[in-house]
This record gives sequence, C-alpha cells and structure tokens, in this order.
Amino acid sequence: MDTKQLAVQVADLTVAYQEKPVLWDVDLDVPQGVLMAIVGPNGAGKTTMLKAILGLLTPAAGHVSIFGKPYQQQRGLVGYVPQRGSVDWDFPTSVLDVVMMGNYGKLGWLRRPGAADRKAALSALEKVGMADYADRQISQLSGGQQQRTFLARALMQDAQVYFMDEPFQGVDATTERAIVDLLKELRAQGKTVLAVHHDLQTVPEYFDWVLLLNVRRIASGPVNEVFTDENLRSAYGGRVGFLNKRQDHESA
Amino acid sequence: MGAGWASSTSGKIMNLLDLLHSLVFDHTVRTVALGTATLGIVSGVLGSFAVLRKQSLLGDALSHAALPGVAIAYMLTQSKSPIVLMLGAGAAGILAILLLINITRQTRLKEDSVLGIVLSVFFGFGLLLLTFLQRNPDARQAGLNTFLFGQAATLLTRDVMAMAIFGGLAVLLVIVFWKEFKLLSFDREFGASLGLPMPRIDILLTTLLVVAVVIGLQAVGVVLMSAMLVAPGAAARQWTNHLGRMTLLSALFGAIAGVSGALLSSLGTGLSTGPVIVLCISVIVLISLILAPNRGLLWNYLRQWRNRGRLRTEAVLENFYLMSSQHDDPSHPHAVTALEAVSGAGNVRRSLEELQRRGLATPHSGNTWSLTAEGVRAAQARLQPALKDQP
Repeated sequence: MDTKQLAVQVADLTVAYQEKPVLWDVDLDVPQGVLMAIVGPNGAGKTTMLKAILGLLTPAAGHVSIFGKPYQQQRGLVGYVPQRGSVDWDFPTSVLDVVMMGNYGKLGWLRRPGAADRKAALSALEKVGMADYADRQISQLSGGQQQRTFLARALMQDAQVYFMDEPFQGVDATTERAIVDLLKELRAQGKTVLAVHHDLQTVPEYFDWVLLLNVRRIASGPVNEVFTDENLRSAYGGRVGFLNKRQDHESA
Repeated sequence: MGAGWASSTSGKIMNLLDLLHSLVFDHTVRTVALGTATLGIVSGVLGSFAVLRKQSLLGDALSHAALPGVAIAYMLTQSKSPIVLMLGAGAAGILAILLLINITRQTRLKEDSVLGIVLSVFFGFGLLLLTFLQRNPDARQAGLNTFLFGQAATLLTRDVMAMAIFGGLAVLLVIVFWKEFKLLSFDREFGASLGLPMPRIDILLTTLLVVAVVIGLQAVGVVLMSAMLVAPGAAARQWTNHLGRMTLLSALFGAIAGVSGALLSSLGTGLSTGPVIVLCISVIVLISLILAPNRGLLWNYLRQWRNRGRLRTEAVLENFYLMSSQHDDPSHPHAVTALEAVSGAGNVRRSLEELQRRGLATPHSGNTWSLTAEGVRAAQARLQPALKDQP
C-alpha cells in the first residue's frame, strides 16, 4: 500500500438487456486497499456491474483493468463471492469441497485437488469460523454459514481484489460480525474489496469507500466525501427513509 | 414360460436358476446382458449430472431427436451396421443441441418451450421417415422400428462392442473432466469467474449425454431413453450426499436395471426390452424414494412423528407443572382427563408414560398422575426463560 495504485479501473461500462440499458457509461477508479460499498436502489445495476466486470456477461461497451492490465490477463488476482441464492444448496457435496473449488482455476486441467489444497481450504474455513463444519453436507448449513462458506472459497482464491455480491444479505449477527472482521483483515493486508451492499445505515461503519449507482454512476469516492444526503437523494430519488431518520437523529 | 412361473415356487426358482445359468453360459443372453449393463452404466453416470443440473427434459429431447438421425443414416448408407446408425443418431442429437442453444439465445422463448419444440419436430420427422421406410421390405428387415421401444434381443456382439467403446470413452472423459463437470453443475458462474471456459465444458458434457442416449437407443428405444437418464441418478441421490458415490451408485442401479430388464424380456414373453428395463429402474426409484435414510419418505414420516411426540411430551410436562404450581404441593396428583383438557387433542397418556420412563412423573390410583421432584425441576428449567421474559 506504499503507493495508491488503482486496483480496479472501469471505463465507459455499458450493459443493455434487449434494448433497455441497465448500466450506462459507468466510469470507476478504485485505489488499492479500500473497502468499497456499491449501493443503489433495486434495478440500479449493482449485480450487473459486478458480473460485467468479471466477464460473466458481455457488456455493450466498456473496458475493465485490474492493476493497470486488462481483466482477462489478471483473472488470477480476482476473487468472487456470488449471491448465496445463486446455487442449489442441496447439491451432493461437502463444505470443504465447495471451498476447494476456489482453487480449480489455478489447478489446471487434469489435476485433482491434493493434500495442500485441503490444508489451504481448512485454513480458509478457520478464518471465517467454519472449521468445525468442513465435512458437513452443504444442505445442512444455515444462511449465514452458507455465506461464510462462499467467503472461504473466495479466500481460497488468494486474490488481490474481491468482488462480493451482497455478502450481508440475510445473515445472522455472528456472521455479520465475522464478515466485518474479515473485511478489515483483508484491508489490513492491502487487499481491495468491492461489495454490493443494501443497508445504508452500516455503510460508514463497514466501508471506507462507496459507489452510488443508479444505472449511471452518481458518485464514488471516500465515504466521508461522497456519502452525502444530496448524492443519496439523486441515487434513490425521493425514496430514502434512511435520510429522514438520519436528519431526525442529527436534529435531536 | 407361463406354466413354469405359475406351477409352483420350485418351478420359479428353477426358472431363476435357468436364467442365471444362461447369463453365464448362453452366448446370446450374455451378449444382450453385457449390452444393457453397458447402457445402464453409461446412462447412470451421465444421468447423475443431468439430474443435478435439472436437465431431465434435455435427455428426453435428445433421445427423441435421435430418431430421424437413425432413419437418415440408414437411407444414405442402406447399412444397418450399429456404428453407422449410432453415428446418425449422434449427429442428429448434436444438431438438436446446436438448435437448442441458438434458438434460446436468439429468441425470447424460454428454454423449456424450445426443448419441447425441438423434441416434437425431430421426433415427428423421425416417425415420418420410419413410416416411409416401412414400405421397403429391406428396411423392415433392418428392424429400424426397434428403435422406438427398444429390442435388446437384437443386440449382436458387434453392437455391444460399439456400445462399450463409445460408452467407455464417455465414462473416461467424465473421469478426466470430473472437477470441471462438478463446478459446472454446482456453480457455473463462479467457474466462469475463474476463467474456465464454461460454455465449452457445458457442450462437452451435453455431447456425452448424447453419447449415452445413442448407446441406449437400440435396447431401450427413443421413447423411454430419457427415463434411463433420469431414474438411476434420482434413485442414487436418495442414498448419498457425495457426488462421486452418487455417480457410482447411479451406474450400479443402471446396470442392475439393464441386466434384469434384458433377462426378463429374454424369457420369450415377446415384451420389448425398453419398457421392462424402465420398469426395473422404476422399482429401484420407488424403493429409494420410500426407504432411503434421511431423504426417504418413510424416514421423513418417522422423524416428523418422533418430533411431534417429543414436542407433545414437553408440552404435557409444562402444562402439568403449571397446573401443579397452583397447589401448595407441586407433587399433587392430577387426573389424566384434566391434563387432556389443558393439553388439547393428542395422546396425553403416551406422553405421561414417556415422562414416567424418564423419571419425571409417577402414576397413582384412580387414573391420576403427579410430577416427581425431578419432573418439577425439569419443567422449571424449561419454563425459566419464558417466565423470566414476563414483566
């Protein structure tokens, strides 16, 4: 973290489903070592943006670079935590097995995960407080445990930049605490995290940078500079109950 | 054979022994059984993935789509060599996949509608060609219509060789690309984020599914082939939570159904093999759905029943304590009928007997019961958090 190098650089990112634009001409610079929340109303294109950055859907236009080089060359530096609900948790496999999938990209063809991968997966599980669940069948996990399994899989990727899609969605207090601690630890190691987040209340507490998105980029930067009432209003329109609460709080 | 089966039990046993004897020593029966075992194994292995990816309808579409391929291959070559017909079926299957992918991508139709369209168009066209070919005596002799419902008795050594070679190759590829196929089935997008070529891995796995279909066509027929792809995997899923074991078990179930189906239909009943094999695998599915530990219906029912019993026993204990605590002496006996009135419907007596077994309650004369000191403590411990919450 000696120099504030740009971990993620997005230019002119535009995505359209059929004719309707979901993301319009989004530019974004994210320096290394920050925890960035991506917030915006439903349908603002938050998940779409993550997927477009990761090449999971083809953007109509735009360019993504990671540490100055095109994304395609830097895949090994990127970790991904998809939405928990995106997979079938009744799949016949164990927690440890899911975590080891984080290493499939680096293993290469024909190679099977071995003892070293097992060890790495166990230590990733330990970091999210799930070491006791390694041999558990995944259908027996609670929502929070599922989320922590996915986080451990991303840790297994040993990435520099992590993209997380709603890691706090519907988790218990223990898991929320565990994720916050993990985010802080990642930042301390100089890693960069971009996470889609829904709870505006906790943005200043959990994150230090924020992107306000509503099809277009409304604002991005350090939380204390851009997480303002004005920006929130232009991202959410009039529908920000959170703002009123905050004002009540301030006047009281 | 009817007389042999009906006459006596010993007759049945003799018949079974004959069957096993012919399995080992009769060349024709052995060939047929080897063929159906191969098809069972291959469709079991590939079917596991189809089941986990919720693609049962895809297997159905691919097997129906193979029919015109068989007919056209025969028309072009006038050959009934299994390799030629299998290649024809395979080509039609792959054409169907390409159509599926492209129609789904280029239109707004949902995938299941596209599957339905491709299935019926290909199958209809195949039936048309088959009817046309039936006018030709040579073609009738080629036995193309066995491809509808399957006839394992027509399997020759060369057919089985071809099935074994294609099937062996398919199973080998599943082993080689095991972790990629697992990732594809569990979390395709994550695989793509790792930089793995998921669309190509998908096409490979689907092509292997076509191979499984092609191998099964002659013995099971296009109409019932999809059952062979879905049933072994669905049955195997009931017994294990491990992908490798599930796939092995699925192959085993497929093989058992294949062999027993082939043997039963070889008894000279004139039954088509396809339906008999499918009946055999259906029996395995039925047993698995009902009896499998953890996932089986019987297991679920037992668990619910046990839970209900436990909850009722605890409710009776609490109610009993609340009633007793209105007296100075908590061990004051109460009539069973009073407890029934408080606890509502359900077998209060059985709960009381359970409490007695645990030393928490004792019966008295005149159909009355009281809590033991132990029982009072247990009830207090259970009620404590609830009592504390009250203001």
